[in-house]
Amino acid sequence: MTVGLAHYLVLSAVLFCIGLYGVLSRRNAVVILMCLEIMLNAVNIALVAFSRYVVPTFLTGQIFAIFVIVVAAAEAAVGIAIIMTIYRWRESVDVDKFDLMKW
Amino acid sequence: MSEIVFWLLAILSVGAALAVVILRDVFRAALSLVFLFLTIAVLYITLYADFLAVVQILIYVGAISILIIVAVMLTRDVWHGSPPGKLRIPALVVSVLLLGTMVFTIVTTKWQTSTEPPMQPTTVAIGNSLFSQGGYILPVEISAVLLLAAILGAIVLIREK
Repeated sequence: MTVGLAHYLVLSAVLFCIGLYGVLSRRNAVVILMCLEIMLNAVNIALVAFSRYVVPTFLTGQIFAIFVIVVAAAEAAVGIAIIMTIYRWRESVDVDKFDLMKW
Repeated sequence: MSEIVFWLLAILSVGAALAVVILRDVFRAALSLVFLFLTIAVLYITLYADFLAVVQILIYVGAISILIIVAVMLTRDVWHGSPPGKLRIPALVVSVLLLGTMVFTIVTTKWQTSTEPPMQPTTVAIGNSLFSQGGYILPVEISAVLLLAAILGAIVLIREK
């Protein structure tokens, strides 16, 4: 059985769901950020696989993946800055203790 | 040959992702994340996306993982590790349900794939469509503004009051 589009899409779905489970179940904010990166990478795999198997002569999926990487880099920088700021106030990165916006 | 490479990469990447999610030691989770990024870069090579593989190594393995490791070292909760939250069972149920739905949809859909050979060196084509007239020049400019805004936001957030 040759490896085709469906194989890459299933791998991408598996990685996405592992990341989703991590985001929902972990309490350390840095680990949640790591799991977000896993999810974004899984989406990138799906985009590149579509680009390879559906439109091999256009590179639309790969260009979209580049923009996803740009936004992921911006998100990581701002996310880590927010975590650092809250850590300075609360001495903790436990998301259960982050209730700064609760009135 | 390519089948063996794909299955090997699939097993390695899923194992690394599970290690990120399961390990209690945050630093080991970060190292496992770096390994996951590397396997995904090799996966891009198997998909004939050579430029994207290099970008993956430069940005994810080079920059984002360093940022995450620095964040792990600056937040002293390393010693507490990464305890699982109260919502572990609902999270597992939601992810397994979503995974089942997605795998079912992927397997039952008749994908219209093309049999044309893939473009071999992609760098020139990506550069042309990113920067040429009628290409993606406007999103490129917008992403530059986005990166500037992200840098300014990070500086403003992290500055000592």
